[in-house]
Amino acid sequence: MGTDRAGTRVPGTDLEVAAVPQPRREKLTGWGRTAPSVAEVVRPSTREQVAEAVAGAGARGIVARGLGRSYGDPAQNAGGRVLDLTGMNRILGVDLETGTVEVEPGVSLQQLMQAMLPFGYFVPVTPGTRYVTVGGAIGCDIHGKSHHADGSFAQHVLELDLLLADGSVRTLTPESDPGLFWATAGGMGLTGVIVRAKLKMMRVETSRILVETKRVADLDEAMERMTLTDADYRFSVASLDNLATGPSLGRGWVESGNFAGLEHLPAKLRETPLAFHPKPLAAMPDLFPSGLLNRRTIRLMNEANFRRAPKDAHPHLASIGGFFHPLDAIHDWNRVYGAAGFLQYQFVVPFEAAATLRRVVERVAVQGAPSFVTVLKRFGPASPGYLSFPTDGWTLTYDFPTGTPGLAGLLRWMDAQVLEAGGRLYLAKDSRMSPGDLAAMYPRLEDFRKVRAEVDPHGVFVSDQSRRLSL
Amino acid sequence: MKDSLGSVQSLLVLGGGSDIALATARKLAQDRTKRIILAGRPSERLDAGADLLRGLGAEVRVVNFDALEFGEHEKVLAPLFEEGDIDVVLLAFGVLGDQKTDERDPLAAAKVVQSNYVGAVTSSLVVAEALKKQGHGALVVLSSVAAERGRKDNFIYGSSKAGLDTFAQGLGDSLQGTGVHVMVVRPGFVDSKMTAGLPKAPMSTTPEAVAEGIVDGLRREADLVWVPAQLRYVFSGLRHLPRPAFRKVVDKQA
Ligand SMILES: Cc1cc2nc3c(=O)[nH]c(=O)nc-3n(C[C@H](O)[C@H](O)[C@H](O)COP(=O)(O)OP(=O)(O)OC[C@H]3O[C@@H](n4cnc5c(N)ncnc54)[C@H](O)[C@@H]3O)c2cc1C
Ligand SMILES: NC(=O)c1ccc[n+]([C@@H]2O[C@H](COP(=O)([O-])OP(=O)(O)OC[C@H]3O[C@@H](n4cnc5c(N)ncnc54)[C@H](OP(=O)(O)O)[C@@H]3O)[C@@H](O)[C@H]2O)c1
Repeated sequence: MGTDRAGTRVPGTDLEVAAVPQPRREKLTGWGRTAPSVAEVVRPSTREQVAEAVAGAGARGIVARGLGRSYGDPAQNAGGRVLDLTGMNRILGVDLETGTVEVEPGVSLQQLMQAMLPFGYFVPVTPGTRYVTVGGAIGCDIHGKSHHADGSFAQHVLELDLLLADGSVRTLTPESDPGLFWATAGGMGLTGVIVRAKLKMMRVETSRILVETKRVADLDEAMERMTLTDADYRFSVASLDNLATGPSLGRGWVESGNFAGLEHLPAKLRETPLAFHPKPLAAMPDLFPSGLLNRRTIRLMNEANFRRAPKDAHPHLASIGGFFHPLDAIHDWNRVYGAAGFLQYQFVVPFEAAATLRRVVERVAVQGAPSFVTVLKRFGPASPGYLSFPTDGWTLTYDFPTGTPGLAGLLRWMDAQVLEAGGRLYLAKDSRMSPGDLAAMYPRLEDFRKVRAEVDPHGVFVSDQSRRLSL
Repeated sequence: MKDSLGSVQSLLVLGGGSDIALATARKLAQDRTKRIILAGRPSERLDAGADLLRGLGAEVRVVNFDALEFGEHEKVLAPLFEEGDIDVVLLAFGVLGDQKTDERDPLAAAKVVQSNYVGAVTSSLVVAEALKKQGHGALVVLSSVAAERGRKDNFIYGSSKAGLDTFAQGLGDSLQGTGVHVMVVRPGFVDSKMTAGLPKAPMSTTPEAVAEGIVDGLRREADLVWVPAQLRYVFSGLRHLPRPAFRKVVDKQA
C-alpha cells in the first residue's frame, strides 16, 4: 500500500506543502486473506487530509484502516474509500512522570515499545502481534494475555480526538463524553476516524517476562490451573491440542507470567534490563499451496508442541517477542495457508457455561477440524464499550483454514452454542457471522446505533463488515 | 457481502422463472442469501418461485424485466442496485427456439439471437457497471455446451450462446482488478422446462446439479464451470476433431 508522498516546495520559501495524497484503487483483505474487495485507498499524513478524504467520500463512504491485522473485513470498504492511516505515525508527546504518551493513530505497538521501553514503559495491553496500530487497538478495543488483570486497551486510553463525518474533530475522554467514547472504543471504525490518542503506559522494570509453562493433561486441568493461579499472574493463557480426543481432550500447556523484576535477571542481563531487540522479520514467500496446513500436519505439530512443554512448571525468562508475539518472528506468516486463506473464530462464554466450552472443544476435536493455534483464556470484567468483546468468562480462539471440509456447518453449530450460553463472537476476528446472531450477542447494539446515528446520520463511515452485518 | 466461506447475502436473477435459476436461488436461500430479486416476464411460475423462496426465509421481490426490451434495461436494472448491494447476479434467461422451423423463419431466428445474445449484452453491461461501482460482486452467465461447436441441429441457439460466451469471457477479463467476478457456466443437456419433450442427450443433468455447480464455482471464484464437470474433458477432445469426424459424432447421437 502507499501513495506518492513527495511534498512540493512553496516557491521562495523553505516551506514544504504535503502533497495531496493520490487515491489508488486497491484490492484489500484482512489478515485471513478472504473475501477481497476493491476500494480507493487514501494515505493521509495530516488530519486536514483526513478531513478532506472524508468530505470527498462518495455514496459508498469511507472507513479507517490500520495495519490490516483484523482477520476479516472491518478495514475494507468495497467501492468506497479506505483511509490507510499508517502514514500518520508520529509520537506527539511523552510524559515520563505520569507514563502517558500522545500519538497519531498509525503509530504501531511495535513502535511504542521501541520508543518507550528504554524509559521503563511497556504498552498497557498487547495482542498476539506488535504490528497493530493504536487506532486499530482502540477500534477493536483489543485484549491481551493480561485481560483478567488489566482489562482491555481502551481502558488505558485517557483521551482521543475523533474526526467526525462532518469533518469536525471532537476531543473525547471517558468522563466528558462517555457515550461517544465507548461507542468508538470497540466501534470498528464506524463512529469516525481517531486522529490522536493519549495512552497510559505500563511501568516495567525489565523487558523480560518470568514465565512458568506447565503441561496439562486435559481441558479440566487447564481450566483448573488457570482458575487457581490467575490471581498470581498478570499474564495467563493456555494453548490446546485441538485434535486430541477422549481422555486427552483439551490437553495442552498453560503459560503464566509476570514482568521480571531486576532481581530476577542474571547479572549479565541486568546491565541492559530494558533491552528490546526483536529479531528482524524473516519473510514468508507467497508460494504455499492451500491445504498445506491440514489435519495431518497440524496433528504432528500439536503432538510435538505438547511433548515439548515441561511437565512441571519452572520459572524461566522470556523475551517480549518470544512470550507475546511468537508469530511476529515471521513476516506475512498468514501466507502459509495458501491462496484460500483462513479465518479465526473467537468466542467468550460466561464462566458458568463451562459445559458449552467443553462441548465445543469436543465437537471440533471429533470432527477433526485442524486449528493452527487454539488458545484458551479467562477474561476479567467487561469495559463499558458498547461493542467491546471481552467480558467475564472463558474465551477460546481457533484458527481454521477456510478449505476445511464441513467448516461452515461446524461454525454455525458453534454460533448457536455460544449464543445459547449467553456468549459472543469477537468482531476483530469475525468474517462470517450472521446479522441476527450479532444483534442477539451484543445487547447494547441498539445503544451503539443511536450514538452512531447522532454523529453520522448519513452513514459516511461504512465497511464491508458493517454492510455484511447490517451494523 | 460475500463472507470468508463464500456465502452470499443477496441475489438478482434475470429470467427469474428459469428452472436452473430457481434451483440456484433455492440453494442459496437455504444458506445465507436472504434478499432475492427475481426479474422476469410476469408469469405464474415466477410468482410461485418467489413464494417458494419466501418459504425459505428470504425476502423476495419480483420485478418486470423483458430481455427483448433492450431500451429499458438501464432504467429497470440500475435502480435495483440503489436499494442495497447485490452480491450475485445470475443471467439465466434464454430461449431454445425450434431449429427446424426457425431456419425457415428468419425473424423467429432473430428473436432467439436477440433474447440470448443482444438482450444479454445490454443487460450485462448495465449490471457490470453497477457491480463495478459496488467494488464487489459476481455476474454468473448461463452459456451452454452448444456454444462450443456449431452443429446442424442447434446452430441458431448455439451461435447465440457462442456470442454470449465470448462476450462474458471478455467482460470478465475487462473487470479484473475491479472486485467484480464474471463466471461463465456451460451446462450440457438439462432436464428443464426448456427441454421438455425433447429426447434426452447423453450425460444429461438436472437444474439442481447446475445449481450445485454454480454455488461451488462462486465459492472458488471460477471463471468457467461445466455441468456435469466431465464435459470439460469431453469437449477438450471434441473441440479439436476435424469437421467430418465431428459431424459423425453428432449424427450418431441423433
Ligand atoms: C497474529 C495476530 C494475533 C492477534 N492477537 C490478538 C489478541 O491477542 N487480542 C486481540 O484483541 N486481538 C488480536 N488480534 C487482532 C488485532 O489485534 C486487531 O484486529 C487490531 O485491531 C488490528 O489493528 P490494525 O491496526 O491492524 O487495525 P485494522 O485491522 O486495520 O482495523 C481494525 C478496525 O479498527 C478500525 N480502525 C483502525 N484505525 C482506526 C482509526 N484511526 N480510527 C477509527 N477506527 C480505526 C478499522 O476501521 C477496523 O474496523 C490479533 C491479530 C493477529 C494478526
Ligand atoms: N435446459 C438446458 O438444457 C440448458 C442447457 C444449457 C444452457 N441452458 C441455459 O440455461 C438458462 C436457463 O434455462 P432453463 O433450463 O432454466 O430453462 P427455462 O426454465 O426455460 O428458463 C429460461 C427462462 O428464460 C426466460 N426468458 C426467455 N425469454 C425471455 C425474455 N425475453 N425476457 C425475460 N425472460 C425471458 C423464460 O421466461 P418465461 O417463463 O417468461 O418464458 C424462462 O424463465 C438459459 O439461458 C438456457 O439457455 C439450458
